[in-house]
Amino acid sequence: MTKVSMTVNGQPVSGEVEGRTLLSTFLRDTLGLTGTHVGCDTGQCGACTIHVDGASVKSCNMLALEAEGAQVATIEGMSNADGSLGRIQQAFQDHHGLQCGFCTPGMVMAAAALLAEIPKPSEAEIRRYLSGNLCRCTGYHNIVKAILAASGQDVGAEYAA
Amino acid sequence: MPADGGIGAPNKRREDVRFLTGKGRYTDDINVSGQAYVWFLRSNVAHGRINSVDTAAAQAMPGVIRVFTGADFEAVGGIPCGWQVTDRHGEPMQEPAHPVLAQGKVRHVGDPIAAVVAETVEQARDAAEAIEADIDELPAVVDMKAALEPGAPKVHDDLTGNLCYDWGFVEENREAVAKAFDAAAHVTTLELKNNRLIANAMEPRVAIGEYNSATGDHTLYTTSQNPHVIRLLMGAFVLGIPEHKLRVVAPDVGGGFGSKIFHYAEEAFCTFAAKEVNRPVKWTATRSEAFITDAHGRDHVTKIELALDADNNFTALRTETYANMGAYLSTFAPSVPTWLHGTLMAGNYRTPLIYVNVKAVFTNTVPVDAYRGAGRPEATFQLERVIDKAARELGVDPIALRRQNFITEFPYATPVAVEYDTGDYVATMDKLEEIADLAGFEARRAESAANGKLRGLGVNCYIEACGIAPSHLVGQLGARAGLYESATVRVNATGGLVVMTGSHSHGQGHETAFPQVVAEMIGIDPNMVEIVHGDTANTPMGMGTYGSRSLAVGGSAIVRATEKIINKAKKIAAHLMEASEGDIELRDGQFSVAGTDKSVAWGDVTLAAYVPHNYPLEEIEPGLEETAFYDPNNFTFPAGAYACEVEVDPDTGKVTIERFAAADDFGNIVNPMIVDGQVHGGLGQGIGQALLEQAVYDEDGQLITGSYMDYAMPRADDVPSYVVDHSCATPCTHNPLGVKGCGEAGAIGSPPAVVNAVVDALQRAGKDVTHIDMPLSPSRVWQAMNP
Repeated sequence: MTKVSMTVNGQPVSGEVEGRTLLSTFLRDTLGLTGTHVGCDTGQCGACTIHVDGASVKSCNMLALEAEGAQVATIEGMSNADGSLGRIQQAFQDHHGLQCGFCTPGMVMAAAALLAEIPKPSEAEIRRYLSGNLCRCTGYHNIVKAILAASGQDVGAEYAA
Repeated sequence: MPADGGIGAPNKRREDVRFLTGKGRYTDDINVSGQAYVWFLRSNVAHGRINSVDTAAAQAMPGVIRVFTGADFEAVGGIPCGWQVTDRHGEPMQEPAHPVLAQGKVRHVGDPIAAVVAETVEQARDAAEAIEADIDELPAVVDMKAALEPGAPKVHDDLTGNLCYDWGFVEENREAVAKAFDAAAHVTTLELKNNRLIANAMEPRVAIGEYNSATGDHTLYTTSQNPHVIRLLMGAFVLGIPEHKLRVVAPDVGGGFGSKIFHYAEEAFCTFAAKEVNRPVKWTATRSEAFITDAHGRDHVTKIELALDADNNFTALRTETYANMGAYLSTFAPSVPTWLHGTLMAGNYRTPLIYVNVKAVFTNTVPVDAYRGAGRPEATFQLERVIDKAARELGVDPIALRRQNFITEFPYATPVAVEYDTGDYVATMDKLEEIADLAGFEARRAESAANGKLRGLGVNCYIEACGIAPSHLVGQLGARAGLYESATVRVNATGGLVVMTGSHSHGQGHETAFPQVVAEMIGIDPNMVEIVHGDTANTPMGMGTYGSRSLAVGGSAIVRATEKIINKAKKIAAHLMEASEGDIELRDGQFSVAGTDKSVAWGDVTLAAYVPHNYPLEEIEPGLEETAFYDPNNFTFPAGAYACEVEVDPDTGKVTIERFAAADDFGNIVNPMIVDGQVHGGLGQGIGQALLEQAVYDEDGQLITGSYMDYAMPRADDVPSYVVDHSCATPCTHNPLGVKGCGEAGAIGSPPAVVNAVVDALQRAGKDVTHIDMPLSPSRVWQAMNP
């Protein structure tokens, strides 16, 4: 077992891990940050997407030890300071961009990375960027709509109650 | 749109807040103090005889608590099947044993041979690799027709061959159908496959067994769509634990699509092992494990024939289907190709004579069971493909041929045993033509052609039977269960309500939609209503969520329980206002006396129920809590019409979906936002089936699409945005909400639309192509274009 230290959502953390321990396992089991989900074992589904030093990363594709000293952001750090939903999170709720919620943390993290890269993406750019994140519930329609809305673009009629 | 957030309002989902902040509580997020971990050693051959399983080395590995093999489960029951089909000759289906861990033989890749329980999951996995299983590989059967050949290897040595059943429906019509074909002016025949799929809910399955040795109580946390069903099946048939000593919890569940209906061996293992080792035992499936253990879906091979008279009226329909059961009978597997398929073969059309023959076959593959739509997509695909082919053979417009044969009067008793209560297929087709802008197709086709692409249009209808189901009817059909749903409505003293439902939400938004129903009935804010589900300890016995039944059956139970609440509350209100009960009206959360200005608020009445100082104690009990069980008296019949426009690249065969429109009749709508989302999701899965997905076995029974690198899941850039509409509503006549169910429609209606569109594109380009089997991969389409 080896000690690993990093900053997660602004907080310094550390723990003992095996060489083979995945970053996703460290986040979930050692730190109890269970918002990061594991949906596959081949790096294909994207449910475990987080940010490491500002880049979108599949945390099941990275060893915990590789994140030594890194700045890590997870879904638990995406809310506003007052605890309310952040901009992207709010857009997902407003546009019904989630159903079972399992892929959602990865989708939100991927969307945040996309909008940091391309502030006003087209629908085609969103769909291409999300091709590393699987959703089985929504048919992607409302995820795309939510991200368009989060980027400040007009998506037509909203489901405003 | 209602301003009060009641029925019909697109309320935002309250469950989203926890899912969007990482605070959902899925089964793998649960860790029980002192838990150990299990890793299963699974067969890597499709068929083999187990000579010995040597666990000594594994048992001696670090952290290992105990190694289990099939021998440890000889004293308990096997995984049961919940539906018995009777064959054409009146004989019961063949029903093989299904041990928790393999005994004697392994019958598919993934069949569990042994299980290691250890302190950590890594230790369990390491030790599983040290187990020496001596297995003689046997020839495997994968192809269904080959499995029925004389001398084919037998999946189960103690059964008579690999035929599970040979089912005929309606058997008495067999001869009459044959005569109608003899008299037909035109017969269209089509042979097709409904491709084998894997549900792939994004959350892999998880089970945690826990045993309290002081009380003898068992708890199972599991990724299930129906915790009460698991409690009953596992408790009564496998482990012999009565319901009052077994609690099953299905917390937040990350999608199901049918695959989490069934009782799986891992659930029984963890429950059993927790008592044996006196430690909680946790199992989390890897995705690779999910591919070879979750029940697969579809996998039908069909020949369908449609007979028409000289005026193009449908006169008879006949089908012969081979349905893959896999190596064992999963919980509801026998019902899918029979009662969930044959009864839908009338579709939206007046076809007076129908005969359906289904041969269910055992093979050395993962068990096959219900997947979104379950039988109904298979029925719809055949029917809507053969109608399209008939139209092209006859040189008539496919939409006109459908319209000509629509059922237009309701109720309508089909020749396949069901009665449609309502519908308006003309209206949904009219709506489809409008929202899909079919009038603009030719212009779009010309534009595609200018870009060197072949554009095609596919249109089809669908009908499904939802809201399963009348218990007395399904009992006659072989179900070993009732199919009611339950609700307990508990009103608290200060007026808030808790609704405990037997249905289960794993993406459907029950926590948001169900309160809208209660709020509408009482006239209060939906935020005063909380939904509890997913735990047998605090919900009434219920049958869970599948078959688009939660609102039609579970919602109806909530209505009935709420009606009881209102009736009792009116008695209390009458007492408080010294009025006659018959004069009490409830509106906007206020009880009033008709024709007077007297009123009391909802909260005054609920408080009186629990602080009964001024209360009719001689007439009614204190408290305000009611339970209802609702057993429907018919299925519901959602229906609709779908249109797909594709472009085919003539150089590569690649198909892209350019437009997709869905006009559905779901009856009344409680939350239109959620309904749209359900349709979108179904369309995504149906388009996935049509273009991308297929579980492929090689001839030795190895699953060669065993990961997301090989099994092509639809991704965001594979699918279009959709145009959906559910304004053509003919309310269900027999449930109190007038609702029909919307969860499966998209997956049922979309595959034929895609295939019809591709065939249309190729035929318009002069290609002699009448059918391509799904998935319509570029290579298949290219080969069809270039024979």
